[in-house]
Amino acid sequence: MSHSETHPQVSYLEYQGKYKGILGWLTTTDHKRIALLYMYCIVVFFFVAAILGLTMSIEKMRPGQDIMNAQTYNGLFTVHGIIMIFMIVIPGLAAVFGNFALPLLIGARDVAFPKLNLFSWYLYVIGAILAVLSQLLKGGAPDTGWTFYVPYSAGSSTNVIWALTAAFILGFSNILTGLNFIVTIHRMRAPGMTWFKMPLFPWSLYATAWIQVLATPIVGITLLMVIAERVLHIGFFDPALGGDPVLFQHLFWIYSHPAVYIMILPAMGVITEIFPTFSQKPVFGYGAIAISSLAIAFVGYFVWGHHMFTSGISYWSKWFFSFLTFIVAVPSAIKVFNWISTMYGGSIQMRPPLLYAISFVFLFMIGGFTGLFLGALATNVQLHDTTFVVAHFHYIIFGGMGFAFFAAIHYWYPKMYGKMYSDRWAYIAWGFTFVGFNLLYFPQFIIGVQGMPRRYFDYLPQFQWGHMLSGFGAFILLIGLILMAWNLIYHVKRGAIAPANPWKGVTLEWQIASPPTLENFEEIPVIKHNPYWFGTEEEIKREKKSVTRNT
Amino acid sequence: MAEIKNIAPSEHHDYQGSKMGMWLFIFTELFLFGGLFLVYAVFRTQYSADFHKAAEETNTFIGTLNTVVLLISSMTVAMSITAIQSNQKGRAIRLLLVTLVLASVFMVNKYFEWGHKFELKLYPGSEVLTNLPKGELLFFGLYFMMTGLHAIHVLVGMILLTVTIFRIKSGHIHTGNFSMIENSGLYWHLVDLIWIFLFPMMYLIT
Ligand SMILES: [Cu+2]
Repeated sequence: MSHSETHPQVSYLEYQGKYKGILGWLTTTDHKRIALLYMYCIVVFFFVAAILGLTMSIEKMRPGQDIMNAQTYNGLFTVHGIIMIFMIVIPGLAAVFGNFALPLLIGARDVAFPKLNLFSWYLYVIGAILAVLSQLLKGGAPDTGWTFYVPYSAGSSTNVIWALTAAFILGFSNILTGLNFIVTIHRMRAPGMTWFKMPLFPWSLYATAWIQVLATPIVGITLLMVIAERVLHIGFFDPALGGDPVLFQHLFWIYSHPAVYIMILPAMGVITEIFPTFSQKPVFGYGAIAISSLAIAFVGYFVWGHHMFTSGISYWSKWFFSFLTFIVAVPSAIKVFNWISTMYGGSIQMRPPLLYAISFVFLFMIGGFTGLFLGALATNVQLHDTTFVVAHFHYIIFGGMGFAFFAAIHYWYPKMYGKMYSDRWAYIAWGFTFVGFNLLYFPQFIIGVQGMPRRYFDYLPQFQWGHMLSGFGAFILLIGLILMAWNLIYHVKRGAIAPANPWKGVTLEWQIASPPTLENFEEIPVIKHNPYWFGTEEEIKREKKSVTRNT
Repeated sequence: MAEIKNIAPSEHHDYQGSKMGMWLFIFTELFLFGGLFLVYAVFRTQYSADFHKAAEETNTFIGTLNTVVLLISSMTVAMSITAIQSNQKGRAIRLLLVTLVLASVFMVNKYFEWGHKFELKLYPGSEVLTNLPKGELLFFGLYFMMTGLHAIHVLVGMILLTVTIFRIKSGHIHTGNFSMIENSGLYWHLVDLIWIFLFPMMYLIT
C-alpha cells in the first residue's frame, strides 16, 4: 500500500480496500476509521449511561421510593459508573481524538502499530459486551459501585465477576492504545519536528500514554485478585482469612487516581489546540504547558491516598498525601493561566469549539477548587462520602472531560466528515447543556456540605430542594445532549461542504484535505516552526533570514 | 534533525519501533506482577513467622531444578537469535525446539509440584488450608496465584515461540528481519526474570 497507488482524491471515508461496506470498517487498520469506530460505540454507551443517570435523578426528586426499589437503584449507580468510567471517560478522548488527530498532528501516515490498534478496539468491544452482559444476566446487575470495594464486592451475590472481567479487558485495551501512542510519538514525528516543536495535544497524549502503560496493570492484577477472592477464597482482602480490605483500597487507587489524569490530560490537550486557533495567536507558555502535562502525570502517581483519609491510614501518610494533592493542583493551574493568556490580545472568534473550551475552563476550575476542599484533611472528614464528592468529580469528569469531548468533536468534525454543522444549533445545544449541567450538579455541592450522603436511595426532607433542582437539570442536560447529537448527525449527510481549513488553524491537520485521504499526507511535511506559529508572509521571510544568520 | 526518521508502517518495518513497543509491553507485565509482589511484601511483614513456616513446605529441589531449566532455555533463545542473525535457519529452529522442550520440562515439574500440594489438600478454599494459621494461608494463596500467573505466561511464551518457528520456516523471519524472534526472545527472558524473583520469594527465604 504505498501511497502512490492510492488515488489522491479519495478520502478515507470513501476509500475501498479489500472489503466493502461494513466489513471494510471492521477490518480497517486506518487510524481515522478506528477513531470513528470508537466514537460510535462511545456515543451509544454514553446515551445509555446518561439515561440511567436520568432515572436515578428522577427517583430522587422526591424522598422515598418512586419509580424503582433500592436494589435497582444500587444496580443503576453501579452500571452508570462502570459504563461511564471504564467505557467512556477513560478511553474516550485518547481512543477517539487521539487516534484521529495524533498522526495528523505529528505528520504521520498512521500510528506505529495499525493492526494492534484495531485489536485494541476489538478488546474494547469484548469488554463492553461483558459489561453489558453483567447487567442483564441472571443474578442481577452488580451493586458494588464502580470502585468494587471489598469486602462487599467479594461477597455480593450479583454478577460482580462479569463486571470485573469486563474492566480487566477494557484496561488491557487501554494499555495497548497507550503503548501504540508512545511508540508513534517517539518514532513517527515528521522530519524536523523536535520534541519542542510538537503540538500540545500529542504532548498530553504522551503523558497520558505513560500513565496508561504503567498504572493500568496494577488495577488489572487487583481485579484478578478480587476474582480470585470470590472464586477461590484466597483471602488477600478478607479479614476473616488474615487479609486486609484497606490493602485493596491502596491497590485500587494506585491506578484509579492516575486514571483521573488519563481522563483529564487529553482533555487539557484538546483545549490547548482550540485556544490558539480561535484566538489566531500562538499558545502562551508552550513549554510550561508541555512540561506541566508530564508533571501532572508524574505527581499524579503519588496522591492516591487522598481517597482513603477516612479509611484508617497513618497520620503521616495522610499528611503526605494531602500535601502532594495540593502540589498537583499547581501544574493544572499553570495550564489555566496559559489558556487565558493565549486569548489575551488575540483576535477571538467565538465559534462553538471555543465556546465549549471556555466552558471547560470554567467548569474545570470549579471542579479543581472543590477538589482542594476534599484534599484538605480536616474538611475531608466532613465532606467524605457526601454528594459534595459526587458534584466535585462530575465537574471534573463531565464538566472537564465531557465538555472537552464536545469541544473536540465540534473542532475536528469538519476534518472528520468534510462537512460543517450548524453553528446556530450548536450554540442552542450548548445553552441547554451548560445550564442543565450546572443545575444538575451545583445543588449537590450545597446539600453535600449540609450532610446529604452519596449513593443513598432515600434522604431526609430538608434535602429535597437540591434533588428537585438536580432532577430538572438532568432533563435540561439531556435535551441539550440530544440537540447536540442531532445537529452533528444530521449534518454528516446534509451539512455544507467544509473547506480544508475552516478555522484558519496552523497545525498540520488543517493543511490537508477535509476529510483526509487514506494516507493523510501526499508528502510528509518538513517542520521548521513552532506548531502555533501564525506568521504573515513578511514574517516568514524575516524568520528565514534570522535562521540563516543563526546558523 | 537527521535522526528523526519517518517510516510509514505499511511501507517499511520499523525495527526500533517494534522493539520499543515490546519493551513497553514488558514494563506492563512487570507492573502486573508488581502488584502481587507488593501484596507479598505487606503480608510477609505482617506474618513473618507464618511465612517462614509455610515456605519450608515448598520443594526447594524442584524449585532449583526449574530455575536451572528456565535459565538454560533463556540461553538457547538468545543463541537462536544469534543463529538467525548469521543466517543459520536450521540451527535457529533447532535451538527454539530445545527451548520448547525445556519449557515443557518446567511445566511438567510444576504439574507434579502442584499435584503434590493438592494431595496434601493444600489448595485455596480447602479445609486443611483454611484451618492453617492466617499467614500460612495467605502464603499459599500467593504461592498459587503467583506461580499460576507465571505458568500462564510460560504457556503464552511457548505459543509465541511456536509461531516464531513457523515464521522462520516460512521465511518471514530472516537475517534482514528478525524483530519478531527478538521480541519473542525478550518475552521469554521476561518469563525467566519473573521466575528469578519468584524462586527466592517462594522457596529460598524461609
Ligand atoms: Cu484521586
